[in-house]
Amino acid sequence: MRIAVCIKRVPDTETKVRIAADGKSLEPSGVSYDLSPYDEYAVEEALRIKDAAGGTPEVVVLSAGVGDAATQIRKALAMGADRGILLKGDLPFSDASSAASALAGALKELGADLCLTGKQAIDDDGLQVPAYLAQALGWTLVSVVTKLELKDGKALAHRQVEGGHEVVEVPLPAVITCQKGLNTPRFASLPNIMKAKKKPLEEKALASAAPRLTVLGLALPPGRKAGRIVGQGPDAAPLLVKALHEEAKVV
Amino acid sequence: MPKILAFVEQRGGVLKRTAGEVLGAARRLADGGGSGEVVAVLIGHDIAATLGAALGPLGADRVRALQHPSLAPYSGEAYARLLAAEAALAKPDLVLFPASAMGKDLAPRVAAVLGVGLASDCTALEAGAGGSGFAATRPVYAGKAQLKVGFAASPAMASLRPNVFTAPSAQPGRSAVVEAVTSDPGALRDAVQSLVLAASAKVDLTEADIVVTGGRGMKGPEHWGLIEGLAAALGAATGASRAVVDAGWRPHAEQVGQTGKTVSPSLYIACGVSGAIQHLAGMSSSRVIVAINKDPDAPIFKVADYGIVGDAFEVLPRLTEEFKKLKG
Ligand SMILES: Cc1cc2nc3c(=O)[nH]c(=O)nc-3n(C[C@H](O)[C@H](O)[C@H](O)COP(=O)(O)OP(=O)(O)OC[C@H]3O[C@@H](n4cnc5c(N)ncnc54)[C@H](O)[C@@H]3O)c2cc1C
Ligand SMILES: Nc1ncnc2c1ncn2[C@@H]1O[C@H](COP(=O)(O)O)[C@@H](O)[C@H]1O
Repeated sequence: MRIAVCIKRVPDTETKVRIAADGKSLEPSGVSYDLSPYDEYAVEEALRIKDAAGGTPEVVVLSAGVGDAATQIRKALAMGADRGILLKGDLPFSDASSAASALAGALKELGADLCLTGKQAIDDDGLQVPAYLAQALGWTLVSVVTKLELKDGKALAHRQVEGGHEVVEVPLPAVITCQKGLNTPRFASLPNIMKAKKKPLEEKALASAAPRLTVLGLALPPGRKAGRIVGQGPDAAPLLVKALHEEAKVV
Repeated sequence: MPKILAFVEQRGGVLKRTAGEVLGAARRLADGGGSGEVVAVLIGHDIAATLGAALGPLGADRVRALQHPSLAPYSGEAYARLLAAEAALAKPDLVLFPASAMGKDLAPRVAAVLGVGLASDCTALEAGAGGSGFAATRPVYAGKAQLKVGFAASPAMASLRPNVFTAPSAQPGRSAVVEAVTSDPGALRDAVQSLVLAASAKVDLTEADIVVTGGRGMKGPEHWGLIEGLAAALGAATGASRAVVDAGWRPHAEQVGQTGKTVSPSLYIACGVSGAIQHLAGMSSSRVIVAINKDPDAPIFKVADYGIVGDAFEVLPRLTEEFKKLKG
């Protein structure tokens, strides 16, 4: 069995966003990058499946984009993945079909029984690469999964919906997108970080595709107007209720 | 004269509130482009008669109700296949979805089948820009920036963030032609086996008009009655910070923030929440923000419209009482 995990290098959650001079992209100076948090659940889940199966499944990590994503692939290798594939090239920001076609090409070559992804990349918050990927591969897709069981060539998954969860069973191969709650990602130990440096990381140029979306502009959100402290302690409660009722008119 | 296909969500035979939001946005764009047409697509079992008539007053000109017993539970594969076929038939300029749990799963599948671009979770949509005549604005970097995109191919596709697009009031005089269509989706690989709803029939976070959130300042799960009491007085949903979820006080489904849910209610009340950048990412597009915190320097006050500096344990009971009086 082979499990592919797609991971993305994204600005970390502490990033203070500044807009670059082109008015269309993030000013990259001073930004530090990390593995997208949901992708960590994907890596962890693959490792758990591997561990539960006595270590036989191979876990292959793929990332498409800038060459620096090798750092994030190494992080996944340090967690325990077996090898990495880096698809190097320029991907237009937020164009899911470009990223998915690069990943699909590599996955077809690789062959896998299962592909795990994050439910959402926290840079473009695009929510769609896995769907394009599943379509390109002809695989089934289950999104926003908080529990996963594999049995007899099938995946039984719990997917989060408003007010509860759905239980869905799909045949493998499948693309599963991982949500917080699925597991708790492990930390890489120092010896494993050292070992990861020697694990295979193959680099290839990605095959570029025609983008389906064009970026017209990137801007900071409109600032919120200054608020006010209505008072101190419980005696401020009536003042707050009055303000919300009469001024803001939300209650 | 734009033609717009709008997916209208129902679950269990009940229309979702987003139906009005999506149809309202579709109507506005259709009229803005000069007497365009809005086609609403409903998918489910036995829904044409019960739900079809409600969609004309909300802005639809035509309703396509695709019905089959196997469509009663949601199936991403079936719904996507049928919607893509509807789009191929109607040849719309734009396809709209709600960015609800269902819409977020469905829209990218349809976009992938059609091989077109999709703008997810949009907060604004306008005509007249970009290749296909529409431009969508959506939050990126967890709301720290706004991206505006155009579409390289037709139809353009967008899902709309719930609570952001206001639904116009229903016009009882408007009616739509309702076409009930039997649509057998055929064999499905992803049939939903069961839907398990949380025991409490509380309002869901992302759909709620008012959200009351508790942070680590609430000290422990045994004090959640204070958060729930205030929420009950307001008919609100309850949320939690990540610190609270990680401590196991509340389930992850209630987490608000960059790695939790994004909410845009008309009123957000944060109690004992410091206002870390990752928390703000999930709630700063709320219309009115209230913070209750004992630390006057807590960063949450920087985004709050109204604040009370004080001990939540003293403020919350009093506040709940005052709201009850108001609603009384
Ligand atoms: C990758 C990543 C992702 C993250 N994602 C999220 C996310 O999605 N959502 C999220 O919320 N966080 C997220 N975080 C965590 C975030 O950085 C903060 O740690 C977290 O939001 C803090 O939660 P808190 O405000 O409840 O707790 P604290 O920061 O501990 O704040 C508690 C507040 O309560 C106040 N207080 C204490 N006692 C009282 C009292 N009696 N009455 C009134 N006020 C009181 C204090 O003054 C303080 O301001 C993420 C972090 C990382 C690194
Ligand atoms: N360039 C990429 N390389 C590898 N995986 C990606 C890439 N872009 C997106 N993904 C995967 O798809 C998921 C959803 O991304 P998105 O559709 O952009 O929100 C991410 O969590 C990743 O697992």
